[in-house]
Amino acid sequence: MNKFETWLLDRTKVANSHTLAVYKQLGGYHALAKVLTGAKPMTPAEVINEMKLSEIRGRGGAGFPTGMKWTFMPDPVKDPRPRYLAINADESEPGTCKDRVLMEKDPHGLVEGALIACYAMRAQAAYIYVRGEYRLSYQRVQAAIDEARAAGLVGKNILGTDFSCEVHMHKGAGAYICGEETGLMESLEGKRGHPRPKPPFPAAFGLWGQPTTVNNVETIFNVPFIVLRGGAWHASIGTKGSKGNFLCGISGHVEKPGVYELPFGVTAREIVEQVAGGVWKGRKCKAWFPGGSSCAMVKGEDLDVVLDHDSLKTKGSSLGTAAMIIFDDQTSIARVMEIIARFYDHESCGQCSQCREGTQWLSQIFHRIATGHGQEDDVATIESLAKGMAPGKTICALSDAAAIPTLSAVRLFKDELLECVRQKRDPIPYPRVEYAGAH
Amino acid sequence: MALPEKLVREFDELVKKYPEKRAGLIPALHRCQEELGGWISPQTLEDLASYFGLEPVEVYGVASFYPMFRLKPAGKHVVSVCHNISCELRGATQLMEHVCKVTGAKPYGTSADGKFTVWPVECQGACANAPMFDLDGVYHEDLTPEKAEKILGGLR
Repeated sequence: MNKFETWLLDRTKVANSHTLAVYKQLGGYHALAKVLTGAKPMTPAEVINEMKLSEIRGRGGAGFPTGMKWTFMPDPVKDPRPRYLAINADESEPGTCKDRVLMEKDPHGLVEGALIACYAMRAQAAYIYVRGEYRLSYQRVQAAIDEARAAGLVGKNILGTDFSCEVHMHKGAGAYICGEETGLMESLEGKRGHPRPKPPFPAAFGLWGQPTTVNNVETIFNVPFIVLRGGAWHASIGTKGSKGNFLCGISGHVEKPGVYELPFGVTAREIVEQVAGGVWKGRKCKAWFPGGSSCAMVKGEDLDVVLDHDSLKTKGSSLGTAAMIIFDDQTSIARVMEIIARFYDHESCGQCSQCREGTQWLSQIFHRIATGHGQEDDVATIESLAKGMAPGKTICALSDAAAIPTLSAVRLFKDELLECVRQKRDPIPYPRVEYAGAH
Repeated sequence: MALPEKLVREFDELVKKYPEKRAGLIPALHRCQEELGGWISPQTLEDLASYFGLEPVEVYGVASFYPMFRLKPAGKHVVSVCHNISCELRGATQLMEHVCKVTGAKPYGTSADGKFTVWPVECQGACANAPMFDLDGVYHEDLTPEKAEKILGGLR
């Protein structure tokens, strides 16, 4: 792997990187100053243009072009309603633990990004929706907001200009579905996290019915860098369709699990072998998820694929949150899928019948296959169930997120699943503790 | 009964962050759970309903939707053990077994002495430092049965 420029995690390696003093020493809030009070202050349209030029795509899993998303906000002259930025810090996709690093160790980077994004979209406030379990993230970002407010960087007339903006923290309470952008908005309004049918899209009808943009933490964190260095700089890094660096969380059976900053263009093999120290215990990789459990599983022999938005499509998968989960050659696929199916069953909000019923059946059937009680037609049933749940048959993509790994497991490891059914036991041994689920 | 004055004052500040008061409900549920005995009692549901101008059943509908809110009393210490995939691949099952042994609680249960509740939870976002549990709101990562015993044994 060649040497490459880094920026996302650089400050996190400095002591007390979460404080305003250190952040400022390292050039913090220079981007905000450039936009608001520089020799040539930038207009909101100019900021959005740099975001478009940067070709950055959202880092929350869907990979939508951020600059384009920002242009969906209505013209403030024609539509003078209050407008909001919601920052998705609900990070709950299994395997994903990257935004937490930024919030715990570099919270001012997020606050500065939020302020610039609000300026560009003329939003009066940003709400950072943090999953309830991330208590340290919440404390650190809240402390950063408080410090920034005391320094005149948050609130009224920021840096003495007529730009005013609030940044608020908001705590979720453990529901995966609130990472879905409309579920997040419902939850932020104090309701159950039931995703809304789209359209209307958030830019037209978001928080409290007002124009809203929802962006992931890592996406917003990139904004000050793009503003300072220019969209063209960002677009010069990476591959066609996938620009910049990304945070790759790698977990499971590797020697050095971690959150690493990498440029688009590296292969999965380079990440596993050169960055994460290889598959643990000298074993081979049997299969892996490129970006959380909601994308399709890929076979271990296909590690030479480039980890970016388009390349993974050639392996029938997707980048998701770039949270790689590695399985060694002694891993039971029935057990993996039992856990994954249980997760989606637990997290389905219950609005759509395909998802509510489908996730429950997938969980029950994978459980019985994994515990040696599988029935002859179970693998066929799973496949037909998953095909009934997706694509695009429900209000949100949770149903798809349960169906996609299921179909990939059947496609890649059908014989292994059938063998569990035939032998009335999982031929691959692993420890189990039985307990009934609680919802 | 009503909410303690301290919480009412806090919530009056909290709801100012939002254009609509109800948005403060989930953060308020968190604070009630922290301050009022570690769970959301029927009385708390009623008190919050009255504060937010909602029906108790609406507050119940929200509280019961979110896994972090406990609608039954828990033990003095709550150990939330992640049992999702990245933790499972690095020994979450062995960790769960050991946590149960040390605490005397079963998964989703409370020990006879009321000291510990053990709660299996889905992914907590500590995947690169698996396996893990959250003990009373603090993450403990890269755990082994030995480390877990040290952490929990001190609380016995």
